[in-house]
Amino acid sequence: MKKIALALAAAAGLAATGAQAQGYPTRPITMIVPFAAGGPTDVIARIVTDHMSRTLGQQIVIENVAGAGGTTGITRAAQSQPDGYTIMMGHMGTHGAAPALYPNLKYDPTKDFAPIGLAAGTPIVIVAKKDFPATDLKSFLEYLKTNADKVNMAHAGVGSVSHSTGIFFNSVVKVKPTMVAYRGTGPALNDLMANTVDFMTDQIVNVAPQIQGNNIKAFAIATPERSPVLPNVPTTKEAGLEGYEVSAWNAVFAPKGTPPDVVKKLSDALMKSLDDENTKKRLLDLGGVIPTNAERTPEALQKLVESEVARWTPVLKAAGASAE
Amino acid sequence: MGDLFSNLSLGFGVALSLQNLGLAFLGCLVGTLIGVLPGVGPIATIAMLLPITFGLDPTGALIMLAGIYYGAQYGGSTTAILVNIPGEATSVVTALDGHEMAKQGRAGVALGIAAIGSFFAGTVATLVIAALGAPLTGLALVFGPTEYFSLMVMGLVFAVVLARGSILKAIAMILVGVLLSTVGTDLETGEERMTFGLPFLADGIDFAVLAMGIFGIAEIMRNLDHTEHRDVVRQAIGRLLPNRDDFRQSYKPVLRGTFIGAILGILPGNGAVLGPFASYTLEKKIAKDPRRFGRGAIEGVAGPESANNAGAQTSFIPLLTLGIPPNAVMALMVGAMTIHGIIPGPQVMTKNPTLFWGMIASMWVGNLMLLVINLPMVGMWVRLLKVPYRLLFPAILMFCCIGIYSINSLPTDVMFIGLFGFVGYALIKFGFEPAPMLLGFVLGKLMEENLRRALIISRGSLETFIDHPISAGLLAVAAILLVIALLPSIRKGRDEVFTE
Repeated sequence: MKKIALALAAAAGLAATGAQAQGYPTRPITMIVPFAAGGPTDVIARIVTDHMSRTLGQQIVIENVAGAGGTTGITRAAQSQPDGYTIMMGHMGTHGAAPALYPNLKYDPTKDFAPIGLAAGTPIVIVAKKDFPATDLKSFLEYLKTNADKVNMAHAGVGSVSHSTGIFFNSVVKVKPTMVAYRGTGPALNDLMANTVDFMTDQIVNVAPQIQGNNIKAFAIATPERSPVLPNVPTTKEAGLEGYEVSAWNAVFAPKGTPPDVVKKLSDALMKSLDDENTKKRLLDLGGVIPTNAERTPEALQKLVESEVARWTPVLKAAGASAE
Repeated sequence: MGDLFSNLSLGFGVALSLQNLGLAFLGCLVGTLIGVLPGVGPIATIAMLLPITFGLDPTGALIMLAGIYYGAQYGGSTTAILVNIPGEATSVVTALDGHEMAKQGRAGVALGIAAIGSFFAGTVATLVIAALGAPLTGLALVFGPTEYFSLMVMGLVFAVVLARGSILKAIAMILVGVLLSTVGTDLETGEERMTFGLPFLADGIDFAVLAMGIFGIAEIMRNLDHTEHRDVVRQAIGRLLPNRDDFRQSYKPVLRGTFIGAILGILPGNGAVLGPFASYTLEKKIAKDPRRFGRGAIEGVAGPESANNAGAQTSFIPLLTLGIPPNAVMALMVGAMTIHGIIPGPQVMTKNPTLFWGMIASMWVGNLMLLVINLPMVGMWVRLLKVPYRLLFPAILMFCCIGIYSINSLPTDVMFIGLFGFVGYALIKFGFEPAPMLLGFVLGKLMEENLRRALIISRGSLETFIDHPISAGLLAVAAILLVIALLPSIRKGRDEVFTE
């Protein structure tokens, strides 16, 4: 019922405003970030939109609508008026893993959006407690296999990046550690540093300071190249693990039906922002990976979403993970 | 020790620059104002103001944001005392005796002692952070799931002791609170529990929604059904600031509150919320005449307020020294730091000493400013009570709605405070105390999650709670407290004391 009402309201609004892309944008744009303020996605959104606002000549206002692994905010954004004044920052979870985790998901990542472009990726790092009896990825994997029933893996809750990438890790290396859930990365890291849990996989921005401070060990980074933030940490491939390359990407979307010229304006502004030296430096400092020109286009983003849904669905379904 | 002084002087050099002083003042002022508005909490404000800080240097930006945070803690107690609306878990206890004091025409004294107690606690906490910040981080790491579960058990026992009137009703309310806290998506399995398939319940019930409904809206309804009562309040404003007698009664609770709050603030997983509850319980237990509690005892404001502020401050320790945020506001501070290119972690202290020590020094500066801002305003706030209630309550109601909407941007939250308002009103009418329910709610979630986490890690062995010495100690204290509370003879005396 509510959905119908929303659809009606959207349709009415669309009819009233028409597709007036001329002069867009004439008022501030709302970007829905589906996570709490302060998390990696929020930080990336704020850094990228800072420069975009200047290009567009209108402020992009961040609205944090957290909940249900980001799907609450994305659902709301997907159902908002497709006039370019509501856009969103989606990520690997909301536009890749969510269909497998949330059977009642109210949107289809591959169909219900007008992709704007990829903003930044944050690589995943395999980290373990300081006292872990392994020195490199090889001995770590061996230990995992022989002591499978003793090892605990921490994650930041069902639907979080650390959860999805953790399950993916387990399926690639074929182990089944005991999963310990935390409410967010902070508490999970706290227990990892206290040697209470054994290992986890998480975004570089969350774990890098603790690795640099020697509070936890890093075995490998799941990207094709090493990160300048952690130059001593080998890639998974270098360390001898094939098939585990994963990054938590963040990308800007608009609701389906947003006029193509509006999409173009936003996409151009995003590209410009990513070419800005200041934006670049701030993203790189976080350990972020800036997409190449070819990766930034709306078309490339559409392909990425499709391949990500195809990649995550079987992995998560096989692990029996569900958030419903 | 020489290091401490040179570090602090470095810090004060940074904090006392004209720009940073101005920013600290601005932050404290904004914080106080939003704290006073029910529901508009520090989280929403800091998130909204983040973009404004882009143009500032990181130290200045963080000084301002930190000012908002502790300013809001101060402001929050003002609303709790004047209109009985605790905006945050930590000011629930302040409302108990603070609002009673206001009803007796001692609002100014309550506000004054809250400000002075907080200032003292803030000063001590700043010194603690400066001197012991690094070594104390160990404490955060000692508290794993096992210890945390036992701490929560002790907290629930506090809740029983905290209650007025029938112990049976208190336990019932705690259990309802625990039950409410289990609504939402289960953390371990991802299954939804008691959500009736409603999407807005998938993340559980927000504390602010529950507190604002049960306390705030219910209080408005109660006031509206006997207006003559309010008139009494308005006539007797009384003294504005605490006198020598008040200080004599309060200084010990302030000391104890500061100590308790400072320690609990360091713990991960929002241990700071326990501070005010623990302080209140302690004051009530050692008071010569516990009957006065809940009826406007100044100790019941002084202790918890000090504990609150000390905890608010020491919760910066895990953030600054480990880079691990112990609660939602601190998580936001992590975001603010990362946006400014400083990734919080153990190396901040060595890599950005001016930021680290500047922030610590600015905490004290901020506390001093809060005192300067707040003491003269006490008179103004108290005069608010003179506004006829028929004009005041629509404003409060409106701010509650705006405030609650600003937290998650969910219209359902606004409806929920109405619903919980009715529930709260019914509870008052039937003689149930809402405070134990809120404590049950706050602790329930932490308790369940940590229990399951501890059992998963120990592979199902309950012995883990006794094998860990800290956990065993906490459980023992809890057991002793419970026995004292439940001993038949004591209970008999208690019932006599509390039935009217």
